Formats: sequence, structure tokens, C-alpha cells
Amino acid sequence: MSVWLTIILCGVVTFIIRLSFIAAEGKVAFPPGSRRVLPFVPVATLTALVIPDLLMPQGTLWLAWDNARLMAGLAAIAIAATTRSVLWTLVGGFVVLGVWPA
Amino acid sequence: MFASASREFRAGVLALAPLLVGVMPFGMIYGALALSQGLSPAAALAMSSILFAGSAQFLFCQLLGVGAPLTVTVAEVGLLNLRHALYSAAMAPRIAHLPRRWKLALAYLLTDEAYAVIARREAADDTGPYRHWFYLGAGLALWGGWQLSTAAGVLLGARLPADWPLDFALPLTFIAIVVPLIRNRTLLAVAAVSGIVALVAAGLPFKLGLLAAALAGMAVGWRLAGGVR
Repeated sequence: MSVWLTIILCGVVTFIIRLSFIAAEGKVAFPPGSRRVLPFVPVATLTALVIPDLLMPQGTLWLAWDNARLMAGLAAIAIAATTRSVLWTLVGGFVVLGVWPA
Repeated sequence: MFASASREFRAGVLALAPLLVGVMPFGMIYGALALSQGLSPAAALAMSSILFAGSAQFLFCQLLGVGAPLTVTVAEVGLLNLRHALYSAAMAPRIAHLPRRWKLALAYLLTDEAYAVIARREAADDTGPYRHWFYLGAGLALWGGWQLSTAAGVLLGARLPADWPLDFALPLTFIAIVVPLIRNRTLLAVAAVSGIVALVAAGLPFKLGLLAAALAGMAVGWRLAGGVR
């Protein structure tokens, strides 16, 4: 079953990433400057996932008031900035998505 | 010794517990989404312990839905989880003295949430010979909450209406994680570049634009922070 194989390979890759620096501590020297990229990894990867979901929900750029996902996303950004809570961001985003006239 | 170890373990569980309020609904949504994208209940549950990464499990379901090949799925899940290397680097010196089985267990349990709790504890108090029990408590508390909630989602999944936009939980959760992280201009530039490249490259198949955008964002941040130096 290729789905199972894919799950297992994804798990192995993820475990190796999580173990990387822990296992290498004191044994392997990483290339100079390579650690400096680490602080940017979460923002770079997660933003790349989010932006098309908000601005291209149908596959093409949709900058308009009736793009409910964009409006819900903007509301979620405001909620996340003020509350820093995953739960409230989820609740607020889904509420706006649900009530926004589309 | 056992008293301090168990006290540390309990403190870790209690420190993580409030985060479960946000994590468990997300786990339930994952369970339901996995079934709606054609995963079997067994595979959906197994993924929660084999992969144990909520956002990557969501991405996996989406890629399954668009029929992405194995190599693309593994590459994109790996890229999304590359941020765990950041946590691994932060944890490495703290657990360097522990036996290998501890390192393997703590690496497996290293997630956004567990790391957030551990980092908060280390900032307040980085002493105590049994600190690793705190890490284990935090990691296992999240692990248990994640398994329980995905199981609940798998059970409920079949009863949820098919037109509910469950997939929107993914961008919403990422917004909740990313927005508080953007604390300075360099991080704002990283977000801007990866967002713009993601839009420009959105036409590529199987979300490969995600790879291009994330790498472009990292390159800009790395450059702004001084490059190789």
C-alpha cells in the first residue's frame, strides 16, 4: 500500500529532522552559518502555506470583498496578534468564514 | 530521586495541559479531514503516532486529495517539519549528557507545543538534575492529547457534513502560530518574500510552489542575518 509507505517515510524523515542536532551534538560540525537560517524556517514555511489558501482559494488571485477565506484570514491574523491563542484564532476564523456573505 | 523525577514529570504535564485546549479540537478536525480525503481509519490513527505532527498531517491529507506522488509528499512534509530542526538545535546541549534512549524519546516527542512549554520553563529556571523528566511529561501529555483527539475525530468524521470547510483549520492554525513569531523587520521580510513567491509559483503542480516559497523566504532571512559570515 503506497499510502502506508508514504506515511512511514514521512514519519522517518520527520524523526530524523527532530533528532538531527540532538544526535549530532559534539560529534558533527554543521557548515558555518547554517544555524543562522533556523530562526526563519517556521515563518518561511508556514507563510508559504497560508497565503495561497487566503488569496487563491479557487486557484487564481481573488482580491475582493466577497472572498470569504481572505476576510476570515484577515480576522484570524488580527485575533492571533492580539490574543496569541490558537483556539480563539480558530474560533474567530471559522465564525467569520461562516457568516461572511459569499 | 524518584520524588524529584516524578515532581518534574508532573510539572511538565501540567505546563502543557492548557495548550491541549487548542490542540484537541485541531486533532478532531484532522481525524475527520483524513477520512474525507480517503484515508482509512487505521491509517489516519497510525499517522498520528508515526508522523506526530498536526500541520504535516493536514498537508499530507491535502496532497493525498490532489493525488501527489510519494516523493513530492515526503519532500513537502519534510520541508514543513524542517522547523523542528530549530527545536532540536535548542534542545541538543540540554540533553547531551543523557543516555541514547532518552535522546531518541525526546526527539520523537519534539513538537511546536512541547518545545514552547520547555523553552518557557528554561527561561524561568534552567536548573535541576531531573529536568528531562519535565520534558518527557510535556511531550507525553501532548502525545496523549493528540492521539485521543484524532481518535475522536475519526469516530465523529463519518457524521460530519461533507460541505463543512474543515480544511480551513490548517491556514487558521498556521496564522495562530506565525503571527506571534513575526517580531522584527527581518522576520516580516521573510514572511513577505515567501508569501509573494507562494502566489507567483502557485501554478506549479502538487503545491511545489510551497517548496520554492519556503526556500526563498529562508534564503532572504539568512542573507539579512549575515549569510555565511
